[in-house]
Amino acid sequence: MPKSLFEKVWSAHAVRPLADGQTQLLIGTHLIHEVTSPQAFGMLRDLGLPVLMPYRTFATVDHIVPTDQFAEPYRDPLAQAMMDELRRNCTEFKITFFDRATGQQGIVHIVGPEQGITQPGTTIACGDSHTSTHGAFGAIALGIGTTQIRDVLATQTLAIGRLKLRRINVTGRLRPGVYAKDVILHIIRTLGVNGGTGYAYEYGGEVFDRFSMEERMTVCNMSIEGGARVGYVNPDDTTFAYLRGRPYAPRGADWDAALARWRAVASDPGCAYDDVVSFRAEDLPPTVTWGINPGQGIGIDETIPDPARAKDANERASIEEALAHMKFEPGAPIKGTKVDVAFLGSCTNARLTDFKEVAKHLKGRRVAPGVKAIAVPGSQGVGRLCAELGLDRIFRDAGFEWREAGCSMCLGMNPDKLVGDQLCASSSNRNFKGRQGSPTGRTVLMSPLMVAAAAVTGRVSDAREVFGVGSSS
Amino acid sequence: MCLDDPTLRLLNLNFYPQPPPLMALEKITTIRGRAVHVPGNDVDTDRIIPARYMKCVTFDGLGEYLFYDARKNPDGTDKPHQLNDPRFQGATILLAGANFGCGSSREHAPQAIQKHGFKALVAENFAEIFFGNCITLGIPCVSAARADIRKIAEAVESHPAVEITIDVAQGEIHFAGQTVRATLRNSARDALVNGRWDPIGELLEGVEDARKTAGRLPYLASR
Repeated sequence: MPKSLFEKVWSAHAVRPLADGQTQLLIGTHLIHEVTSPQAFGMLRDLGLPVLMPYRTFATVDHIVPTDQFAEPYRDPLAQAMMDELRRNCTEFKITFFDRATGQQGIVHIVGPEQGITQPGTTIACGDSHTSTHGAFGAIALGIGTTQIRDVLATQTLAIGRLKLRRINVTGRLRPGVYAKDVILHIIRTLGVNGGTGYAYEYGGEVFDRFSMEERMTVCNMSIEGGARVGYVNPDDTTFAYLRGRPYAPRGADWDAALARWRAVASDPGCAYDDVVSFRAEDLPPTVTWGINPGQGIGIDETIPDPARAKDANERASIEEALAHMKFEPGAPIKGTKVDVAFLGSCTNARLTDFKEVAKHLKGRRVAPGVKAIAVPGSQGVGRLCAELGLDRIFRDAGFEWREAGCSMCLGMNPDKLVGDQLCASSSNRNFKGRQGSPTGRTVLMSPLMVAAAAVTGRVSDAREVFGVGSSS
Repeated sequence: MCLDDPTLRLLNLNFYPQPPPLMALEKITTIRGRAVHVPGNDVDTDRIIPARYMKCVTFDGLGEYLFYDARKNPDGTDKPHQLNDPRFQGATILLAGANFGCGSSREHAPQAIQKHGFKALVAENFAEIFFGNCITLGIPCVSAARADIRKIAEAVESHPAVEITIDVAQGEIHFAGQTVRATLRNSARDALVNGRWDPIGELLEGVEDARKTAGRLPYLASR
């Protein structure tokens, strides 16, 4: 009987059924960061429990780090306290911590893959909803709450109900100037922000076959924005080539054995899915959001929705609420909307390939007057690689600020924040009200190249026009 | 001896996996109280608690930041909001729209809701991670039809003191002489009514089995 990757990995990690119908699921790899873990360690202390497998938990610091300050103490004493607390917990419980001084620090969803900790056929948990990112390697990767972090620390397991499985095919070839970010924004726009509730998403089709690991991570990262707690891509030679030689990847004979297991864990042809949805790559435009959730997206050439045309009162209320926050006019084109800030970073799009692709087009261009543009590598490792290739120079010459690794302006937990009702062209994953640190701040989500296009024109723009992408020249 | 005593932790390490004595959990079968309606769909956890209030190493005091940006002006004065309305003070049941709790996995969101005084949530449906976080804290998240939520909201609006009863075991909501259906995933319902909503005790009992499962997986067995 053919089986899906989800089924194989789930069964291999199912410890036992629990009394109320959930499963006790073994979590092979646990990642933690400073925001959601301190209370979990506090709970462990209250219960007098040790960490069961400290060598299977890895820590980094990302949300609160100031990207313009390396030296401690940080200007924000609360941030410093969180930093100190994580250090104390990792020391006391003997957990590997990729602290800033190691040169391996970065956003947790960039560090795991970069270190080769994220591997096919494994279960991964992290107190962060974007843990779905790690599914790009063919893992079941789950975002969890803090009490569940306690559970994983104490027992290396979680109590969890089994998810249904939806296959999402993207067939054909993306048009030039259309990226992984557009693929996932289009999927969420189509299936809805809660369309994936109760599901794991298996992404596949020619587009995913051709995608690099970084592109697969971009898509899997935003699975949760479509309501799916888990998103994954079956592992293949692209996956294995990425992992080979990384610090935590198996070596020698272990590598060969791992490779055999990883090949076998991919979904078998003809396996069952609870649902299948297909998209044609050729239909996908560069996509941007116009509202206050990631499902409120439109093609760059489309106009902002009109509540008068909503299909019901519910949708009308949602559109009206979004327009009121965004200060947008119904029926207006999104293209040409004035931009105050351009943010290139986050666990969605702050990997080497993102900066490479943008630098290729940004070289020789200038950020428009009045636009604050910041580029934030997702990890110190990404920062070093960019520097080796001289990419940081291209960004600086163009007028971008080039920062230290961290979550930066994706969320308002560090000094990188919007001010007032500034509008930000952002390569991050959430356009929620207040997400970027100002209650009235406005976010328009888009691909990294679209962020660059917005930076140089000062307007929401079509990167294909701004940079001549896809033209014969 | 204090639970935080390092010697005691060491002792526990030696006796592991013998679970430490855990407090018996309350059996949550019925929630009774007044309600407040916070309308809107896709209310995300950033809105429930803005990230800037998560700069903390405990969950203490989070209740005051619940729905902060919707409730407060930048200068800290109140905006018109249901939670600021004196008529609804003391409400313990929160009525909401569809896809409540989407976005970030932050447990700070249900913690803020609980610490603000809420004991149960009623919405059309809930985002997955948020739902799990709530159940683990013993907060029933029951789903009701949009029209039924509207009926309850109207009853509460006209008589804020009206008592709402959520019968978790039976899957019903009673209010003002009416009864509507309230659904809850079986596993969550059973966990609440049987007093097993915090799974740590059960998970600790499975630690030896977990070690065996790990031993069969080459990536975990190699250590």
